[in-house]
Amino acid sequence: MIYRENGQFKSSYRADMALFPVAQDRWAMLALLAVAFVVVPALASDYVFRAVLIPFLILALAAIGLNILVGYCGQISLGTGAFMAVGAYAAYNLQVRIEGMPLLLSLIGGGLAATVCGVLFGIPSLRIRGLYLAVATLAAQFFVDWFTNRVKWVTNDSSSGSVSVNVLSMFGWRFDTPVQKYLLCLALVALFALLAKNLVRGAIGREWMAMRDMDVAASVIGIRPVHAKLTAFAVSSFIVGVAGALWGFVHLGSWEPAAFGIDKSFQLLFMVIIGGLGSIAGSFFGAAFIVLLPLALNYVPHWLGLSLGTAVASQLEHMVFGALIVFFLIVEPHGLAKLWSTARQKLRLWPFPY
Amino acid sequence: MKLNTIVIGIAAAASTLAFAPASAQEQFVPLLVYRTGQFAPLGVPWADGKQDYLKLVNARDGGVNGVKLAYEECETAYDAAKGVECYERLKAKGTGASGFDPQSTGITFAVTDKAYADKVAIETPGYGLSQSVDGTVFQWNFPLLGTYWTAADVMLQDIAKKEKGSLKGKKIALVYHDSPYGKEPIPLLQKRAAADGFEVSLFPVTPPGVEQKSTWLQIRQQRPDYVLFWSAGVMTPAGIREAQASGYPREKIYGIWWAGSDHDVKDIGAGATGYNAITIHNSAAKDKVHDELKKFVYDKGQGTGVPTGVGTLAHTRGMMISMLQVEAIRAAQEKYGKGKTLTPEQVRWGFENLDLTADKLKALGFGEIMRPVKTSCANHMGNDWARIVQWDGGKWQIKSDWYQSDKTHIDPLVKEFAAKYAKDKNVTPRAC
Repeated sequence: MIYRENGQFKSSYRADMALFPVAQDRWAMLALLAVAFVVVPALASDYVFRAVLIPFLILALAAIGLNILVGYCGQISLGTGAFMAVGAYAAYNLQVRIEGMPLLLSLIGGGLAATVCGVLFGIPSLRIRGLYLAVATLAAQFFVDWFTNRVKWVTNDSSSGSVSVNVLSMFGWRFDTPVQKYLLCLALVALFALLAKNLVRGAIGREWMAMRDMDVAASVIGIRPVHAKLTAFAVSSFIVGVAGALWGFVHLGSWEPAAFGIDKSFQLLFMVIIGGLGSIAGSFFGAAFIVLLPLALNYVPHWLGLSLGTAVASQLEHMVFGALIVFFLIVEPHGLAKLWSTARQKLRLWPFPY
Repeated sequence: MKLNTIVIGIAAAASTLAFAPASAQEQFVPLLVYRTGQFAPLGVPWADGKQDYLKLVNARDGGVNGVKLAYEECETAYDAAKGVECYERLKAKGTGASGFDPQSTGITFAVTDKAYADKVAIETPGYGLSQSVDGTVFQWNFPLLGTYWTAADVMLQDIAKKEKGSLKGKKIALVYHDSPYGKEPIPLLQKRAAADGFEVSLFPVTPPGVEQKSTWLQIRQQRPDYVLFWSAGVMTPAGIREAQASGYPREKIYGIWWAGSDHDVKDIGAGATGYNAITIHNSAAKDKVHDELKKFVYDKGQGTGVPTGVGTLAHTRGMMISMLQVEAIRAAQEKYGKGKTLTPEQVRWGFENLDLTADKLKALGFGEIMRPVKTSCANHMGNDWARIVQWDGGKWQIKSDWYQSDKTHIDPLVKEFAAKYAKDKNVTPRAC
C-alpha cells in the first residue's frame, strides 16, 4: 500500500538503474536528509550532538568501510581498529607537521595512509581466507598497537604517548561548536555512503560479490582475484581511515592508542553483522544499535524512577545488550537491514498479501 | 487492563521525572567512576569514598553552608569515549558541574580541551597531566596534592636515603603500565638520572598487565637496585607475584599510589611483605573523618560500600578527593555569597584559592591524613606531600617521615612542558 509502485513506469535505462527506483524511497531519503541537515541542527542539544549523534555518524562511516570488506567481498577482518588508528595518527601528523594544513586534506591523507596499510595487510588474503585471514588481520591490530605505542615519532614526541588536536579548520571555516562538527561528519558520511552505494552497484562491486560468493567460479569467468580483493581492502581501509581520523579529531579531540584497541575492531565487526552484511543501510542500523542502545538502556532505569547502583546498572546493561544481540540474530540472522527490507516487502503487498 | 497498567506506569515514571530536578539550593557534583572493567578493584573503593564523603557532608552539616550536595554517578569503565559521554551528560546538570574528577589519565586528556571551552574545572588529584601544575597555561586543570613527577621524585629521595645520600652508579628500573598513565614519570626520571648519575631502564607492560613473566625475567637478569612500579588494577598483584616467583626482593619495589591499596596486596599476604608504596599525603592514616562517617552514614545504613571498606587506602583517597571538591565550593562561597549555589566558573575560583590550614584540616577530621595545602593562580597543585608505606604481610605500616618533592628538577620541567602545550594549542598564558 505505502510502497505501491502502480503507475511508476520506467522508460529509460537511467530510470531503471536509479539509486532509489521507487518514488516513495526517493522521497523518504530526501526527507531523511532534510531532517538530518536542517531540522536536527535546530533542535538537538549539545549533549545529543557530542555524545550521541557524532559518535553514531563516525562509527556508521567505519562500519560502511568494514562492510565493503566483510559484507561485500567476504574477507573477514579484525584489524579495523588498527586501520582507524593509522588514519587518525597519519592525519594528526599531517596536521602538526605542515603549517596551515586544511582539515579536509588531513582527513584524506589519513585515509590514504590507511589504504596503504590496508593493502599491505590485505596481501595475505590472496592465499588464505576465512578464519585464517581474520587472524592475519589481527596481526595488523597488534602491530599498529605496538607501533603507535612505541615509535615516538608518530606521536610527535609526546612524553605520555597521547596526542591532541588543536583547531579544526579548512578553507577559512572553523569547526568549533558541536553543530558545526556534526554537520562536518554528516556531510562526509552522506558523501561516502553515496560513493560506497554506487561502487557496490557497479562493475567493481559485482566483482567483490562474485569473489565473496564463490571465488573459484569468479576467477573462471574472468575476475582477477588479486584485483578484486586488493581493491576491496583499499576502498575499505580508506573509508575506515577517514572514520578513524574523524573519531580522533572530532569526537575525542585527544586520544591514546587504547582508543583504537582491539575492542574497537570487535565492536565494528558486531555492527556489520548485526546491521546486515552486504548492506550500506545495514551499517547505519548496526552503528545505531551498538551506540544508541546502551545509552537508551542506561536511561531506562532513570525514566522508570529505579535507583540502581552504578555497577548494577552497568552489568544489567551488558546483560540486556548481549541478550538483544542474540535475540536479533536468531530472529533475523541477516541483520537489521534484512528486517527492514522484509518489512518493506510486506508494506508493498499490504493489505493483500499473497 | 494491561494497557491501563502500562499507562499508569508511564505516567508515574513521567511524574517522578518531572519532579526529580534539583531545587535551587543544591550544588551538583558529578561523579565519574569505574565500578566495572579491568580496573574495578581500584575503582570500587575509590568511588565509594567519593560518594560517602558527600553523604557525610549532607548528613553532618546539612551541606555546605546550607547548600545540599546533589550527585550522580556515571560509569566510564576507564574508557575514554565513555568518559566523554559521561562528561557531556553531567556537565550542565543542576546549576552546572562543580568540577570533574575523571578518575583516569586518558579521560583527563580527552576532556581537558572541552573543559576549557565549557568553563568547567577538572580536578585530578595525584594523576593527569603533570605539567598542568602551571596555572598560567592550564587555567581549568587542578592536579591537587601531587603529580606523577612529584611521586617519582619522592621515591628517589627515599631510595637515596637508604643509599646514604647518593644514587650515583645505581640501576633503577621503571616497570610501567604502557599507557599515558604509565609513561608520565619518564621525563622526570631521565632528567634526574642525568643529574644524579644513575641509570634508568624502562620496562613497559602491555595493559591490562596480567602477563609480566618476561618483564620480571629481564629484571632478574639485569638485577636493578630498585624497581619503580607504575601499575594499576590487576597489574599490581600480578607483578608482585612475579617478583616473588623470580626472587626479586619486594623491599626494593616502590609502587605508585594507585598500586598501593589494600586489595593489591591482601591476597598475596606474606608474599608481598616488604613491598613499598607511596601515599599521596598520608592516605594510609585513620582519623576523625572515619569515625564520623561511621556515625553519620554507615550506622544509619546509608553507606555506599561495605563497612569494612572504610579506612582502606583507596576509600580514604576517594574521600580526600571529594573533600577537596567540597572545600573548593566552600572557598568559592566565601567570595560569591554563602549559602548560594555556584556556577562551575565560580567553583573554579574556589579550586584556585584553596587554603587548607592545619586547623581547618583538623576540624574537617583530616588532620592526620593531610598536611596544609594552598593553591594559587600560578600553582594549581598546592603543596605536595607524600609518605612511604610498607606492607608487613597484614597491613600497611607508615615507614617514612613527610617528604616534599625537590623542585629544582620539577619546576623547569613543568615550565617546559606547559610552554610546549601552550604553543601547540595556541594558549596565551595568563599573567599571575
